[in-house]
Parts: sequence; structure tokens; C-alpha cells
Amino acid sequence: MSTPTLPIENSASAITSMSEFAIEFENVSIAFDEKMVLDGISFNLHHGETKAVFGVAGSGKSILLKLAIGLLKPDSGKIYVLGEDVTEMSEQGLFELRRRVGIVFQESALFDSLKVSENVAFRMMEEGVAADEIERRVREVLRFVELERTYDMFPSELSGGMRRRVAIARAIVTEPEVLLYDSPTGGLDPVTSNTIVELIMKQRDVYKTSALMVTHRLQDAFTMATHQFDKATNQMVLLPKGKNCDVPMSFLILREGKVIFDGDAHQLATSKDDYIREYIS
Amino acid sequence: MALEIEFTSPFEVAKDFAAAVQEYTLLAAQSVANFFRRPLYMADMVQQADLIGVGSLPIVVLTGLSVGALLALNAASTLQRFGGITLIGQLVSIGMVTELGPLITGLMVAGRNASGMASELGSMIVTEQIDAMRALGTDPTKKLITPRIGATAFMLFFLTIIADLLGLIGGFAVAHLIFGLNSRQYWTSVWQILVFRDVFTGLIKPVLFGFIISTVGCYYGISTRGGTQGVGRSTTQAVVAASVLILIVDFFVTKLIFAIFGYR
Repeated sequence: MSTPTLPIENSASAITSMSEFAIEFENVSIAFDEKMVLDGISFNLHHGETKAVFGVAGSGKSILLKLAIGLLKPDSGKIYVLGEDVTEMSEQGLFELRRRVGIVFQESALFDSLKVSENVAFRMMEEGVAADEIERRVREVLRFVELERTYDMFPSELSGGMRRRVAIARAIVTEPEVLLYDSPTGGLDPVTSNTIVELIMKQRDVYKTSALMVTHRLQDAFTMATHQFDKATNQMVLLPKGKNCDVPMSFLILREGKVIFDGDAHQLATSKDDYIREYIS
Repeated sequence: MALEIEFTSPFEVAKDFAAAVQEYTLLAAQSVANFFRRPLYMADMVQQADLIGVGSLPIVVLTGLSVGALLALNAASTLQRFGGITLIGQLVSIGMVTELGPLITGLMVAGRNASGMASELGSMIVTEQIDAMRALGTDPTKKLITPRIGATAFMLFFLTIIADLLGLIGGFAVAHLIFGLNSRQYWTSVWQILVFRDVFTGLIKPVLFGFIISTVGCYYGISTRGGTQGVGRSTTQAVVAASVLILIVDFFVTKLIFAIFGYR
């Protein structure tokens, strides 16, 4: 299934941060009810890179995304997003930074009392954007995720996969510099999952958006590591052998609150660690 | 299967209670401060006023009529023994305007709306909609809580006036139809007995009760944990807490007003 065209603006989104990295975690720890969830986590996300985050259930993957956008504060350590220290920022200060970061929640988190169009337009309505501009932009992104027909529907009338695509539309409508995906293909059929992966790949390759993607599906991450989005055909295409390292894709594996792997697909596939080999087998 | 019972120490209970009071106070203070900050979500406030005020009208009408009628019925049987049946109007008027009107209306609206707020916000918490709102750059206390506080306090003021009026009508129906009291005598005694202190008491209480209902309902909603079971728990706790707080505050406000204006 090919993704429809979206008017391509400047291929590189405006990167206003002076930092080398889009996201930096420095020795971050957080515990809930005396149980350590993340213990001294450190990693970096380069601009334009997509990093897939893996780990067993309860390993703190979703917590990691919430820390990155400042919805939670760590017990110790520092987190920098687009060069700004989110651990020191007040909630008011974070509202400004969050305009440059989009997030897709695990269960979509659509506002069920608002229509699809109002959900997608939420941030623009809060910012007082003109009504005709809002409608134009909302229809554009809904077309991008192949859901323009749901414009006047409510989330309760949509399937799980459709809600997930609307959530992606809501996250990308303001062209953020960083995207955070929490299990974007979780619970979806293979065909719909493929469409979601293609959308994420397009964001990576065409719009050069940096992304952290929490996922349970190794095949999605390996697909993203071995394919590239082709603007000419508007589809994802398999990369020639040996060209995988040209794709800005990396992997992060968490275990018992610690990072046990941070590298590219080749390093993951050739890892000699028993746990990692069992995990990817 | 062995039954396991876990006891919580009184110290832990006291600590949890103190933490809850602190969080509630901070939430209430922040929500009130939002009235003086931008943006002020007037459209949301009007929508809530419609849901809370107009939506509660049927039950307030029924409650007001019933309480007024019951007050007159119970009082009349005693007053009649002493030849004081003409005092029914005064008794119903003072009782409804200063106490029963605000109190019963507050308790009815607490049951209907504190639970509604707690369940709505609680559902939003467990489905991550509040997190989504924060991630989209919108302050949930400005968007969700402050409009509810403004709408509830505002509408409860007018709902209480309606309940008072219907209570007086209910009392009149009993006094006139059952005890044969002259209508002119009843209505003259109703308005003659009221002084500024009575009306002031009867109108300040709904504003306070409206604040309590909305802040307690929103606090329990925002504090929801534990999925759908947690939402159910929050809903029940919100109604109980709001009702108890209304009764406690009613006592102290009445005492304070008596201290300022003196007893009758």
C-alpha cells in the first residue's frame, strides 16, 4: 500500500537547536514505589536519526518517552531536548518546547469528546491559527495518513488502526523537529502496520525528523533499517546490500533499567551477547 | 485460598491524608489563579455552565418543592398545637433561604456533578488524554478545571435561588391546601421576616459550595490511578468528600455569620 503524496516543502525541517544532538539522556534514573525503573540511562539521538527502543514489558520504554517530553521528571540525571535542559524547566517553559516535539501515545490518547478534525487541529486552535488555514492543514495531514474521510467523525467511530493514524496526524500537523512514537504498530494487523511504518519512514527520510520509536516488533525496526522512502515512487524501497548503514537508524535495548545495547542494525545482528541474540532470534 | 489482610499504620494514613490536603490546596489555588491568567477558556466555561446549571435544573426544582413542602408539613403539626399556624411562612422562609435551600441544592449538585467531573477527568487520566493535552502545549488546569470551578460556583448561585423560590411555593401549597392558611398572610410573612443577614447567608453559601463541589470533583478526577476500577473509586470518593466538606463548611460559615451579625 503506497502512501499518498503530501506537498513536499523544504525537505529538511528547520532545525533551530544549536546542539549536536536532538535528544540526550545523561545518567537518568527514575523509580516508582521504591522500584528502580530506569537506572543510569545514557544515550544520544542525532538530528535526523530514528532510534528504535526495545525491551521486555515493564522495562521503562514508555517512561523514557514521557521523560523526554517532560511529562515526568527523573529522580537524577539530565535530559536535553533540542539543546534545552527539560529536567530544569517549569511546566510553563515546557509548553514552548513541546510545540517542537510530537508524541504518539500507545493507545492513541485522542480526545473522545472532539471530532477527528478537532483532535488533529487541537494545537493550532490553541495557538489561534486562522480557521481556513487550520482546515487546509488538517485535510492535508489526514490525506497523508489516508483518513480524510474521517474529518467529521468521532474517535469512538474509528477502528484501532485508524485511531493510531489520526494520532500520528495530530503529532505531525505542526511539523515538529522531534517525534516520539510509543508502540505505533502495537495491536495492528500486518497491512496497517506496514502503512504506519511507511509513514514513519517518510518522516525520517523526507522531512528528516528525529525520532524515538518504542516498539515490540523487531520486524518493523529491521524494515526501517533495510528500506528507504523513495520520493519518486512514493513508496518504501529495499536498500541495496551494503547500503544499510546509509540509513539514519539505530537500536537501543533496555534490560532491568539499564541500556545493554546502543548501535546500528549490523552491530545488533552480529552481537555476541547471549541475551541480545536470544531477544532478536 | 488464604485471605491476606494488609494493615496500614495510622502514621501512614495521617501522612497520606496530609499529602492529599496539600495537593488539593495547590490544585485549588492554581485553578483560582488561572482566572487572572491568559488564556481564559470562556467557551468551555459557558459549556460547563450549561451542563452543570441547566442540566441540574430538574433535580433542583424537584428538591426545592419537596423540601419546602416537607418543612411546612412537619412544622405545621407542631405550630397548630400552639395556635401558631400563621408562622409557617416565616419558618419556611428562614429555613429555606438561610439553610436548606443552599445545603440541599449543594448536596444534590454534588451528587450529580462532583461524580461527573471525577469520572470524566479520571477517564481522561487513565486513557492518557491529560498527558496528550500537556504534550500538545495546553495546561489541563486552565482548560479543564478552571472553567468547571467558574461554571459551578456561578450556576449554583442561581440554582439555589430557584430552589429557595420553589421551596417557598411548596410550603405555600401545604399551608394553603392542607391547613387553609390565607395566601396573602403566608407570602407577607415570608418576605417580612427576611433581613439582609439572611439573604447574605443564603447567597454566599452556594458560591462556597460550588467551589467545593468543583475542586473536590476535579481533584479526585486528576488523582485517579488504577484503570477503570480507579475511576469508579474516584467517582464515589468525590461525592462523599464533597458532601462531607459542604456540611462542615456550612456549620462554620453559619457560625461566622452569626458572630459577625449577631443572633436573631
